[in-house]
Formats: sequence, C-alpha cells, structure tokens
Amino acid sequence: MAELFIFFEQIYRILFLLIPVLVSVAMIVWLDRRVWAFVQKRRGPNVVGPFGLFQTLADALKYIFKEIIIPASSNKFIFILAPIVTMTLALIAWAVIPFSETFVLADINVGILYLFAVSSLGVYGIIMGGWASNSKYPFLGAIRSAAQMVSYEVSIGVIIINVLLCVGSLNLSDIVLAQKDLWFVIPLFPMFIIFFISALAETNRPPFDLPEAEAELVAGYQTEYSGMMYAMFWLGEYANILLMCAMGSILFLGGWLSPIDLFPFNIIPAPIWLILKILFLFILFALIKAIVPRYRYDQLMKLGWKIFLPFSLIYVVLTASFLMYFDLLPGN
Amino acid sequence: MIAHAIVFYIFSLIAIVSAIMVTVSKNTVNSVFFLILDFISISCLFIMIGAEFLGMIMLIVYVGAVAVLFLFVVMMLNVAQQKNEWFNSSGRSSHIPVGLLVSIIIFFELIIVIGGWKYKPDLLDSIAIEINNDLTNTQSLGSVIYTDYIHLFQLSGMVLLVAMIGAIVLTFRQRSGVKRQSYFKQISRDRKDGIELVDVENNKGVKIDA
Repeated sequence: MAELFIFFEQIYRILFLLIPVLVSVAMIVWLDRRVWAFVQKRRGPNVVGPFGLFQTLADALKYIFKEIIIPASSNKFIFILAPIVTMTLALIAWAVIPFSETFVLADINVGILYLFAVSSLGVYGIIMGGWASNSKYPFLGAIRSAAQMVSYEVSIGVIIINVLLCVGSLNLSDIVLAQKDLWFVIPLFPMFIIFFISALAETNRPPFDLPEAEAELVAGYQTEYSGMMYAMFWLGEYANILLMCAMGSILFLGGWLSPIDLFPFNIIPAPIWLILKILFLFILFALIKAIVPRYRYDQLMKLGWKIFLPFSLIYVVLTASFLMYFDLLPGN
Repeated sequence: MIAHAIVFYIFSLIAIVSAIMVTVSKNTVNSVFFLILDFISISCLFIMIGAEFLGMIMLIVYVGAVAVLFLFVVMMLNVAQQKNEWFNSSGRSSHIPVGLLVSIIIFFELIIVIGGWKYKPDLLDSIAIEINNDLTNTQSLGSVIYTDYIHLFQLSGMVLLVAMIGAIVLTFRQRSGVKRQSYFKQISRDRKDGIELVDVENNKGVKIDA
C-alpha cells in the first residue's frame, strides 16, 4: 500500500514538473517570435489572446486537426518514432534540473552526465526522421545535423569539465551550491561564451540552423512531416532550447541562487530566480536569431573543431593549474 | 527489491533480444538501431547495479557518438543491398570461416571467465584494490585510474591517438585547385590591395595582368 502511495506521489510530482514545462514551451515560442519581430520593427503575433499569448495554443490546435501524411516510400515505423524520440528526450532531461534546494525530481549523483547524455541522444530524433523520410532534402539535413551536433557536443563536454574542476562533484545541486560566493560566469567567462555558442549549434538554432536551412534544404529533416508530428518536432526543439538555457544557468549563472544574498533579493523564491535566468538566456537566443546571418557549413565545422575545441582544452589546463597552484581544488 | 529484480531482467531481456536482432535483421540500418537499443539497455543495466558513472559514459560515448557515426556511415553507403548479395551468393564467401574463428575464441574466453567466477568463489576477493563503499563511483574510478593505473591509462590514450592518426592518414587526400578561405588574409586586405585606379586612354583599353 505504501509503495502504491509512493508511486502515485511520484506521478504527481512528474506531472507537476512536466505540465509547467510544456506550457512554458508554448509561451517561449511566442516570446521567440515576439523578440524576433521587435528586432525587425514588426509587431509579431498579437491577435490571439492578450498580447497574442495564446498564439502557440492556436497553432497547436491547428496542427492537431491537420492530416498526418506518411510518405508511401518511407520506413513507417521509424518515421513515426522520430518525433516521439525528439519530444521524449527533450522532456526526460528535466527530471534532474534542480529548481531549488529541495524541489528536484531526481537528485542523482551524475546529474550533469545525465543531462549531457540526454542532449547527445537528441541527434537520433533528427537522424531517424531524416532517414525514414526516404527523400533527399531530409536526408541531407539529417546528415548535416548529425555532424554538427556531434562536433559541438565535444566542446560542450570539455566546458563541463571546466566547471566540474571547480565544483568537485557531478551532482547538479552541488554545482549550484558551489557558486554561492561567486558565479562561475565570472572566472570562466570565456567558457560561458563558448558554451552559449555551442548551445546554439547543439539545438540547431540560427546562425547554425543548417539542418533546416530553408534556402537550400526546404525544411531539412522536417520536410516530409505534417500535422501533429511536425508539431512534436517543433515542441521538442523548443523544449531542448529551454533545457540548454537551464543547463547554462545552472553551470554558469548560479542556478536558483539569488544574485546577492540581501534582503529584497533573498525573499524571492528560488525557482523564480532560475526561471528568470533561463528567460535571460532565452532572450539572448532569440536576439541572436534575429541579428546574425547563417554560417556556411565549412565555417561551422572549422569553428567547432579548430577554434572551440583547442581553446576549451587549453582552458581546462589553465583552470586545473590555477586551482592546483592556489590550492583551491575542491575536496581536499 | 523484487521490482528492482524484475526491471533488471526486463532490461537484460531487451539487451539479449536486440543483440540477436543486430545480427539477424536483413536491413543494415535496422541492425544499427538494434545496436543502439542494445547499448541503451546495457547502460540501464549498469545503472541498476550501481555503476551509474559507467552507464552514463556508455550512453554518452557509445550511443551519443560512436553509434551516430555508425548510422551515418551505414546510411551513406547503402550497405543493405550489398549484404543481401552476400547472403544470396552460394556460400563461397571468405568471411564466414574468419567470423566463426573469432566467435569461437570469444566463446571460449567467456567460458573461462564465467567458469572461473563460478568454480573459484574467492576470485572476487583476490582483487588488488580495496573497494570503498563510502565514495561515489566517479570518485573511486578516478582515484584508481589516475594513480595506480596511470601508465595503462596513458598507454590506451596513445593507442587511441595512433588509431586516430592512422584513420586520418588513410583517408587524407591532397586536392589541388581548392579555394581556401583565410580569415587573416580577408581581414588584413585593404583598399589598395583590391582596387587600382587606371586612366583609360581612348580607343586603347587597359591591359590587366592576372
């Protein structure tokens, strides 16, 4: 009986996390379009609901009622599986994100590795979708995106090592608590910049949206998708973007911690701080989408392998030597 | 505890079935997908027996990188047709004896390992390293690999480096006539490198040397 109770309690906790995440994904799509429009001196979606807030819901409703078209020559099982994989992977990663000292679904020892693993699995949704469509544009898009995501994962991994050197633990709550005195964005500022750019590439956001470059590949891996399946790809992508923002704010911006531990700031509940930091990073994402032109493919690869990877490796050596010399290494 | 065991055996079942499907399925891309499923279920098994670091590294390295490249190559090369030709050709293939030999050797190795574990129960006690239960996996692995076994660790790193250089040497080809972009050249170019003002005489034209 007690076990059953625990089981249902867990389910409630999962729903309590997932539903806000899904709603905020919908809101974030609206915010993205709004920011994009304001940069270009347009209004953006402003008709449905107050300030156009319900635009995404209206879009989702439209997608639900559209017909799902499955190409005759596609591999049907994998074709249907691909958006499900994207969506699922984008959502399960939220299990380890700590929203406050106590509010975290799964406080596991290897939290950051889990996040990294899930984000590196994200490429499968794209490859599966691109291959199963059995069509040229999706396939080219999938191949591009596989190469791109694998390349930028390497530098994200090295950046995570930088942060871990300063923390001494793989647990996300420990990572946040280690920033109590100083957010890692200050000592590791170059790493923060590289993480941010790699996150753009990892989530296929402009200026690195080559997998779906509309001028060359129609819509990349999503070309053959329609209706709800397209909407799932789309939601999964935005959930991934939010996740990357959350990862950035946990690794560098002190997670749920308030900027200063003084009166007006420390009465604001911890999750609000995390949400504000995620929003800050997301608005940067949206601004960059509006102001930076798309990279060429060889430039993208050059940036990942020849600039980011060596630089972050050098920074690992630098951080390690600094910590060693001043005897700041955690754990002793 | 019983639920733990049930879940463990479900994962092992998935692992075994997908391992069989890797070799059995006709379509090579499906084989790779089953391989990925196998990797994932094995990393779940690692996590369930408490080796969470190994499980996560398995996911990151094998599923996140190695299998992606596998899939990449298999999709590009269209091996599916070729493989079918192998199966349909009349058994004179030279791959089968080699494959058999390798699998027999692996089989005997497995028998030796499992037999040793089964018939010499104190085998596990003869490990040189003490297992400290207070430390997390990651810490204990790190403290062993980077101290006691540092030379082996570096050696395996060197082997990987050699393999990497070998792969680059094998696939490298010098292409002529490729326009390479040099950022320094582009940025350091100024007006007088690119533009020349010429007074053109009437009815004569200008000669531009390339």
